[in-house]
Formats: sequence, structure tokens, C-alpha cells
Amino acid sequence: MSSSVLYDLPGPRGRRRNQIIGVLATLAIIGLLAWVIYRFYKTGQFEPRRWDQFKFKAVQLEIVHGLVATLKAAGLATLLAVPFGAIFAAGRLSDHRILRVPSSWVVELFRAIPLLILIFFGYYVPLQYGWSISNLWALVIGLTLYNGSVLAEIFRAGVNAVPRGQSEAAYAIGMRKNQVLRLILLPQAVRSMLPAIVSQLVVLLKDTALGFIITYPELLTVGKTIGGRLAFGFPYVPAYLVIGTIYISICGMLSFFAWWLQRRMTRVRTTAAKPLPLTDVNRQV
Amino acid sequence: MTEFLHVLTDHWDLFLKGFGNTVKLFLVAAVGSLLLGTLLGAFRVSPIPALRWFGGAYVNIVRNTPLTLVFAFLVFAVPKLDVNLEYQTAAFTALTVYTAAFICEVVRSGVNTVAPGQAEAARALGLTFDQVLLQVVLPQAFRSMVPPLMSVLIAMLKNTTVAAGFSVLEAGAIPSYMSEFGEPQFYVLIWIVVGFLILITPLVLLQRFLERKLTVAR
Repeated sequence: MSSSVLYDLPGPRGRRRNQIIGVLATLAIIGLLAWVIYRFYKTGQFEPRRWDQFKFKAVQLEIVHGLVATLKAAGLATLLAVPFGAIFAAGRLSDHRILRVPSSWVVELFRAIPLLILIFFGYYVPLQYGWSISNLWALVIGLTLYNGSVLAEIFRAGVNAVPRGQSEAAYAIGMRKNQVLRLILLPQAVRSMLPAIVSQLVVLLKDTALGFIITYPELLTVGKTIGGRLAFGFPYVPAYLVIGTIYISICGMLSFFAWWLQRRMTRVRTTAAKPLPLTDVNRQV
Repeated sequence: MTEFLHVLTDHWDLFLKGFGNTVKLFLVAAVGSLLLGTLLGAFRVSPIPALRWFGGAYVNIVRNTPLTLVFAFLVFAVPKLDVNLEYQTAAFTALTVYTAAFICEVVRSGVNTVAPGQAEAARALGLTFDQVLLQVVLPQAFRSMVPPLMSVLIAMLKNTTVAAGFSVLEAGAIPSYMSEFGEPQFYVLIWIVVGFLILITPLVLLQRFLERKLTVAR
């Protein structure tokens, strides 16, 4: 951007230099892409037989089933994580120590444990005690605990983002704590944290791919099955290109939606609360 | 309780090796992704449109791809392109490629937090480009970048466990080894959690410390 602090608007010599570097960079990027495509070509990734599978209805259905399984896990985890987050955020915001301290511990603990380990708790532990639990639920439990805790932090930050004067004014006109939260803080907070929530849902959707490790038949698992077929010359590359495109388009649309929401929020101010930053990578990785 | 302790003491080497590899993965991928991420971040704030475009495309593609897919691609698909990576190299590469996208974003937004007026004022004082960059802009950008960079690195430490699904013996792979010994998995997992808390707590404390120390009053 020309508004960057790093450089002035270039003069004639600077512009020429930038143009030369620009051309060289473009050539380098094209060269890199060409090399990748050549690599693909040389190892026969463009041979029709490696792509033939995608013409079959059964294989297309396999992909659709994988996608449905992914969306199912993500949907269930979202439905559970949002109330989980709301409850623990309320706990952390409480005036009562007895609610605040345990809520903080739960949120901090589940945020510190790697998600895969949380999923393993749902997967291995019931097995040990002889309960049967489907790998869907193992995945959903892990996703709920982790993303619920992150959402709790988003909710808390959202409520804290409402300027203090708002609640002071509400108390001054005689509202109760409950009314202040319900009528003044939440409606404003929800708007300011919506972009952050959506971008956390992208993370949740991406993380369903961990189901692959506990053999939940989601999109990535389907990709491995399709790619592992000898009759089609082990088309792993085409399979993952297709699966990758699906992930990138779904998550990309959601990310774009989050970005759009945030831009809209900063333009149309109907709340005193500032939108939570999307770039807070705490939640995004 | 004794059984709980025995899970650790009987398999001391496995735990040590697993967590040792986790730390190794973390350190190598941290260096790799900081280098790659800073380079991409520099691309994104550069005056060259082609480089800005490349950085943007990289970030948007990688950020919307699951890390597990990056791993799967490197482990299963890349050998089909006649590029053979060892499992551990694949794990380093996957973590680096993935984390670099997030570091790139930190660098970009860090540079953009510096108000343009700062550089303008510096130039008005007659500082040269190097002086503006080294004495005014970068020190301020660096301050706002350190806390989020720590968050990214903490997240990456946790992400190393994904390598467990791809034949790398690190902390996340301990449960599957343990299930061969028939040890109670609940205890195994608790010990892994303890291990991660030991690794993560100093990082979190360091992050909080830096955040307090580096906060810029604006």
C-alpha cells in the first residue's frame, strides 16, 4: 500500500527500480509455478487414469459423504462449543470468586492442552473402561472443549470491549446487574465479537481434519482412500488437490465473511464497542 | 496411585524420547517459520505488487487449509512427485509452511500498527531512510509483534502433536505406543498433559511478561 510507513512514494528512479524488481519477481513466481507443473507432468500426475476416478458417481458420492461427515462434526461441535463458551465466559466475568476461579482454570487448561490430546481423551479413555463411543463423538468432544474455551475468551473480550460508561450509565438509571448484562452489554458485545466468532468457526472446521488420525471417515480420510487405489496408479496428488480445493473454498468463504463483517462493523457504528481484532492469532491457529 | 506413577516410571525412555522430539520439532520449525514468515511478511508490505500478491495468495491458501492436510500431502502425495522426504523432515516442513502464514500476518499487521505520522515526523527531522527504518519504525513494530508472535509459537508447540498421525515419534504419538503395552490410557494422557503444561507454562509466562513490558501507550 502507498500508505505504508516503510517507504515514501517513489520518485522516477525508485519507480524504475521497483518496476525492474517487479518484473524479476513475476518471472521468479512464474518459474516456480512452471517448475511445480513440470514436476507434476514428469511424474505423470496429468495422466488421465489418475483422474478417471472422479468421473465415477460412486467416488463422487464418497467425497460428498466425507464432506457431510466433516460438516456434521463441525456442526455438532459448534452447537456444543457456543453454550460451553457462554457458560464459562459468564463464569469468568462473575463477581463471585467461587465461580470465577474454577471457570478460569477450566478455560486456561483446555486452551493449553493440544487439541489432538483432548481428542485422544475422548477416544482412548472410554475404550479403556469398556464403554463404546464412536469416533465422531471423540472428535466432537475434543473440538468442543478446545473451541469452547477459546470462544469463552472471545465472549469475555467482547463484553469487556463495551466501554465502561455504558454499564455505569445503565446502573445509574437503576438497572440491575442482570439487566445491564442482558439489555446493555450483550447486544453491543455480540456485534463486536461476531467477526471473531466466525473466524474461530473456520478454525473449528479446519480442525475436524484431525479426525483423520482417529480414523473418523471425514473428508481427509476419504482423500487417503481415493488416493491409495493401485488401479488408478495411487492418485494421491489429484485426490489431495481436490480435497484441498474443497477445504480452501469452504474455509475461504467463511474467512471472507468474517473479514467482510469486520469491515462492515468498523464502518457502520451502532455500538460503542470496538470490533475484536481478527488478527489476534491467539484464536486463529 | 502407584499404578499412575508406574505408567511414567516404567516407560521413562518413551516419554523422554517423545517429548525430546516434540521440543526438537518445535525449535526447528520455529526457526524455519520465523524466517519464512518474516520473508513473506516483508513481501506483503513491499512496494512491489507481484510480491504483495504472492504473499497474499500464500497466506490465504495456507490459512484456509487444515494442518493435517498439509501433513498428509507431504507424507503421501509428495513422494509421488519423486521427492522423498523422511517422516521427520516432512513434519518440520509441514509445521514451517503452515506456521509461516500466521507469522506473515503478525509481521504485516505489526508494521501497519506504526502510525504513518511517526515516519513522517522522522523524515521531517531529516533522518535518512535507514535511520527512519531502524530507529523509528522497526522498534515500534517489533514491540507490537512480540506478544502475538509468542501466541503463534505456543500454538505451534501444540500443533507438533499432529505429527503423531504421520509416523513421527513425538509426545502425541505416545498413546499409540502405550496401547501396545496395554497401559491404562487415561494415566498416559494425564502424563502427556503434564508434560505439555511444563513446556507451555514458561512460554505463556514469558508472553505475559513481554506483553506488560512492551505495551505501547497509544
